[in-house]
Amino acid sequence: MSAITLQDLDISYGDTKVVHGVNLDIAEGESFALVGESGSGKSTILRAIAGLAPDWTGKIAVLGQARTHRIERSVARQVQMVFQDPYGSLHPRKTIDEVLSEPLVINGIGDRGDRVEKMLTAVGLDHRFRFRFPHQLSGGQRQRVAIARALMLEPKVLLLDEPTSALDVSVQAEILNLLKRLRKEQGLTYLLVTHNLPVVSFLCDRLAVMRHGRIVEVADVGLLKQGQLREDYSRELLAATPG
Amino acid sequence: MSPLLKVENLRVSFPTHTGRVEVVKGISFELGRERLGIVGESGSGKSMTGRSILKLIRKPGLVTADRMEFDGVDLTRQSERQMRDIRGARISMVMQDPKFSLNPVMTVGEQIAEALVTHEKLPRREVNERIYAMLEAVRIHDPKRVAGLYPHEVSGGMGQRIMIAMMLIPEPELLIADEPTSALDVSVQAQVLDIIDNLVTQKGMGLILISHDLSLVSRYCDRILVMNSGTVVEECAAGQLEQASHPYTRGLLAAMPVIDETRDELPVLDRTQWAGT
Repeated sequence: MSAITLQDLDISYGDTKVVHGVNLDIAEGESFALVGESGSGKSTILRAIAGLAPDWTGKIAVLGQARTHRIERSVARQVQMVFQDPYGSLHPRKTIDEVLSEPLVINGIGDRGDRVEKMLTAVGLDHRFRFRFPHQLSGGQRQRVAIARALMLEPKVLLLDEPTSALDVSVQAEILNLLKRLRKEQGLTYLLVTHNLPVVSFLCDRLAVMRHGRIVEVADVGLLKQGQLREDYSRELLAATPG
Repeated sequence: MSPLLKVENLRVSFPTHTGRVEVVKGISFELGRERLGIVGESGSGKSMTGRSILKLIRKPGLVTADRMEFDGVDLTRQSERQMRDIRGARISMVMQDPKFSLNPVMTVGEQIAEALVTHEKLPRREVNERIYAMLEAVRIHDPKRVAGLYPHEVSGGMGQRIMIAMMLIPEPELLIADEPTSALDVSVQAQVLDIIDNLVTQKGMGLILISHDLSLVSRYCDRILVMNSGTVVEECAAGQLEQASHPYTRGLLAAMPVIDETRDELPVLDRTQWAGT
């Protein structure tokens, strides 16, 4: 079964259409990347799947279920999102324990203390951090918390919006390793938005290159590694990547 | 040839309730008319180093140095007033984010003009000509139109090129670029750095490029200083970065994923090893 299916997806913000006729099919267990410049519409696609950009037409299906334009609890339990900036995505006046418990409370899931402890261990945070506030954590630790929060409801699909671009190189390596390990352990499907092609090469199986709200090319990551993307624009992106 | 900039034992510290904390711990370097890269992670003191050269660190921050000489001028002894003649005119600095560094209520043309006429008295017509020529030099194709725009009407990449135009129009001898492209898209990054690179080599200026991105710095600089918790841990020619010997530099290099990645796991820095932050 495919984890995410997008058919003729158009997304608008007010009168401006930012995504034009996107078709994608992402298999369960796959790790898929959307790459492109700012303004190419890649994050908007994630937001539409999560229900944060409700002004769309076409079809979005998650694990075979077509989703509506509202925020749905059933979708929330299967799809969760991790945002770019861990400094902005955690509530500054809630402890890590509250942040991680909240999705459980909303969905009426018990056994919270245990689940929080287990999740902290899974993302590699010591249990000392449980009753701290976000400002007492470093950027990398906060991103671990954001990933933990996304995983609290045991979703099948993670939407990752530039999860490492606000982090230092060495911290980025830790988070990438964590994401790779979690995917293996829990059989997750990733849809990752990034402009960093080496990250795609490390973490993903396939990628789609986007430009001006359209998909230019869908390719296997093998082609990226060999520098054999077909379209001129994709090659341009590749050439601009240092190293 | 005597060096353009000579820094000896530079220290920057800030007070905290547990005593003064040194963020730059006695670094020394020299710069000729060349391109020097300073790399390091957040908190390594690289930006503080750049700022202290221009004496931009405000109280209660404290900067001391045994020697900080720019083209024979002892920077440590310059008054605030004398510094104003140096800033912009002889040493200028490009900041990270054009969104926050451009004045939102002045047109692009006015801002660039300000940078020029602060240091030089020129007739109006010549000012305009210089502005248009400068905008063209940073590859803005219709300078007349762009000069009349406000910063919110231009894209990030164009904003950064405008910043560069503003910084280079008084023809300084040294340009300090602090993460000039980290707010920009990858494809625009290369363009902006190429522009800086061209202008710097054409005019024979000195460049200090401050960045967290090792591969970028090695591409655009002649020499590299690697900083970690306030000290320079390694100094090498850009071409020899691959042979870097310090474990911190090696760790940084290894932690970066590459385009033809085959590793299953990225090596992670053992932070306890350097007893840093």
